[in-house]
Amino acid sequence: MNFANAFTPERLQEAWECLLNEFPFAVWETVYSTLLATLFAVIIGLPLGVLLVTGEKKGIRPLPAPLMGFLNVLINLLRSIPFIILMVMIIPLTRVIVGTSLGTVASIVPLTVAAFPFIARLVESSLREVNPNIIETAQSMGASPLQIVMHVMLPESVPSLVTNITLAITTIMGYTAMSGAVGGGGLGKLALAYGYQRYRYAVLYLAVIVLVLITQIIQSFGTWLAALLDKRLKNK
Amino acid sequence: MIELKNLSKQFETLDGSVEALRHINLTIQDGDVYGIIGMSGAGKSTLVRCINMLERPTEGSVLVNGRDMGSMSQKELRAMRRKITMIFQGFNLLMQRTCLNNVMLPLRLGDADKKQAEEKAKELLELVGLPDKANSYPAQLSGGQQQRVAIARALVTEPDVLLCDEATSALDPKTTHSILELIRDINKKLGITVIVITHQMSVVQEVCNRVAILENGEVVEEGGVAEVFSNPRANATRNLIYPESADGGSVFPEGGQRVRVIFNGAVASREPLIAKMAVDCGIMASILGASTRSVGDRAYGYMLLDIPGTPENLAKAVSYLSETPDIAVQVEAEYAAKGVRE
Repeated sequence: MNFANAFTPERLQEAWECLLNEFPFAVWETVYSTLLATLFAVIIGLPLGVLLVTGEKKGIRPLPAPLMGFLNVLINLLRSIPFIILMVMIIPLTRVIVGTSLGTVASIVPLTVAAFPFIARLVESSLREVNPNIIETAQSMGASPLQIVMHVMLPESVPSLVTNITLAITTIMGYTAMSGAVGGGGLGKLALAYGYQRYRYAVLYLAVIVLVLITQIIQSFGTWLAALLDKRLKNK
Repeated sequence: MIELKNLSKQFETLDGSVEALRHINLTIQDGDVYGIIGMSGAGKSTLVRCINMLERPTEGSVLVNGRDMGSMSQKELRAMRRKITMIFQGFNLLMQRTCLNNVMLPLRLGDADKKQAEEKAKELLELVGLPDKANSYPAQLSGGQQQRVAIARALVTEPDVLLCDEATSALDPKTTHSILELIRDINKKLGITVIVITHQMSVVQEVCNRVAILENGEVVEEGGVAEVFSNPRANATRNLIYPESADGGSVFPEGGQRVRVIFNGAVASREPLIAKMAVDCGIMASILGASTRSVGDRAYGYMLLDIPGTPENLAKAVSYLSETPDIAVQVEAEYAAKGVRE
């Protein structure tokens, strides 16, 4: 590495042009792959998280112990594989679903597979925060297990769910940068392929700065939204 | 009518099984405000949860208007729970929903029309005196107000029975009084049978017409409130009626002759008993502690006296005090030995 050469006026000029020409699309790719992967991961992970809480032995709708054991093992297994390895491992699955394993769209598959177990655990912890007395109260009203989930557990944990999903989004965005190493698009690819491999360090740093900015924005928005939605804090 | 027949409940714990309830037999008539009182750990909460099958009894049955709760299908049981509703010590409102939505919840669970549910919920908020809080969130209300919302929620399905599980235990005395007043009103106006679980004798005194005393999972006494109060037979009842705090925490010097004077509804307690003893027998007793309570014009409770002088003096005092009607006298032998009662 030669940092002295990385920030010559020439290189900076080059980075500036890159910022204008390449970055907008890269940001777009990062954002949409992150959001789509989060969306799919929530679609799979939310019901799983609910099952983890309701299906346990003392839950509101206990499920057979072997099934719960299988769910837990599956989630732990997927959570313990490093993302960069998982991405390569499930290339066949990605090909079946998208038709190719290259590109930003294809990267959404491994992102989703990596994120849904994470989301399931986050949903689980959010739902466990719900006051068990309120659940008992709903039972005393004659609520069915499904009604308890829909009318009590999920609405009561909305602020916590928002906080946790914000956390998930920022983590998944970190994964999208990694997917740049194996064909995914976005700021990660820009930083690695353009900045690192071609020694354009100014571009590398710019990409990192933009990633930090996006993370900040998402985090601040999530924190603000969670507080806005939490009616426990409202004192007019 | 609610009948509990030979009801028992065991909990399996790591240290073996615990018998929370033992062979409970109770009958609660329609329109009763029925108190179930006991110290913590006596099994009150388990008992009330057996009535709506939040806890499944291990033995025995619960009959509501002749129908066995234990043998109902899940669906029947859910329908039944809309007719036997419950309020709790912790209010248990949904914190993320407005009061109106909280009150509407039981109707929404029954797939009621949203407009009608809203109308009904507003009516009930009015009944509990909080028509202006419809759009407030529970966190904005005081404890007493939250309990009122919980009561409105419990009444919105027009139940036959209201179960109150320590419903006033988290409230200050004044708020407790107003909530109990509301409960009594509901009982009178709507004819709803109320079952009140509490550890406070004052709560039973204020609202109940019948009472059962629970100790270690067993009913040790049962009857009309006035009757049980005026003639408490079980030890547990006495302990509840006469709070022990008056001398429980005090430390007395070793030795000395102590006498416990128990008032079992003595009208005579209005007389200056101790002063009279000083005049009639020349015994200057000092009062170490006392706890009495009036029910009607009669006194219940006890007084702990220190009798100075010789054992003869003690015998004289005991026989003098015993002559007064409705008063029992116990010599506190253990005091001298252990410095603590019982």
